[in-house]
Amino acid sequence: MWDGIGDFLAMGGYALYVWGAFGMVALGLLLEGILVARRRRQVRARLQRQSRRPAAARNQGE
Amino acid sequence: MTGRSIPWLKFTAPANFYTLAQRLVPWLWPAAALCAVAGLYMGFFVAPPDHQQGDAYRILFIHVPTAWMGMLLYLLLAAYGAIFLVWRIKMADIMARAIAPTGALMTFLSLWTGALWGAPTWGTFWVWDARLTSTLILLFLFLGYMALHAASDDREKGGRAASLLAIIGAVNVPIIYFSVEWWYNLHQGVSVMRSDGPSMADSMLAALLLMIAAFWIYAGAIVLRRAQAEALSREARTEWAQAAAAGRLTREQRERAAVGIEGNRPPLESGGQT
Repeated sequence: MWDGIGDFLAMGGYALYVWGAFGMVALGLLLEGILVARRRRQVRARLQRQSRRPAAARNQGE
Repeated sequence: MTGRSIPWLKFTAPANFYTLAQRLVPWLWPAAALCAVAGLYMGFFVAPPDHQQGDAYRILFIHVPTAWMGMLLYLLLAAYGAIFLVWRIKMADIMARAIAPTGALMTFLSLWTGALWGAPTWGTFWVWDARLTSTLILLFLFLGYMALHAASDDREKGGRAASLLAIIGAVNVPIIYFSVEWWYNLHQGVSVMRSDGPSMADSMLAALLLMIAAFWIYAGAIVLRRAQAEALSREARTEWAQAAAAGRLTREQRERAAVGIEGNRPPLESGGQT
């Protein structure tokens, strides 16, 4: 269907629009994935610190 | 043990929810990736160019799924908001809060992809027509929910105010959906869910459906992950959460936590003002 990689990337003259749309979606999903993974790591690390120091955990948790 | 007789209440216990999500999500990532790869292949290498729009129409394969996800996630947000308001089930508030950022992202992406699709086909990135305006309002409703929830120091109060906003804002969803029929619009009408069948080529429809599946599954996975982090954070002082954070939550700990919830606070009888 496409006449080589250049033709594919040109998207029939709509490259800026098509790749601008797909690129932003990819960026958005990637960023969301990174942020959620980081939040998960942070929460788990905080809880593991707390369970090691039960007294401190009680003060911090309130 | 009351949880046994009413199984659907089982996952109102954060410990049970956490374990379910932990088992589910590792399957969701590859499933979403598989659908996305198949959908992108169909969309870019099998579906032919449109006879009017050329290759610009391929934006459809991400524009429609993100727009649908935005509306669907909003309805879910409002439903969990209502459950939280009526029955005070903490897990419903956790789910609603986990849905909002993904809903906002999907709505933003639908506006972004729509603008980049509108530019070459309508000659403008933006027009204040009913569908575009109501979709912009949807984005503000998601952001408003998040801001309102975060604004209050009392999480219970913030959650209730935000839930109320979510429920009231739900009237906007049918407005978006039917806007192309109710008002004169620049935005095109319905092309998939038509009574006379979809108005597009089979390969285009297959690509679109695969992409929709990919976005559904992705949204499910990311929302569950965010809800897990939120559940752990809120239950930070409990035995089950600390065990789960260390990656060794036992069945006994989980069941003890679930009984604690159902024993102390029966979700269906906890009405009244605080």
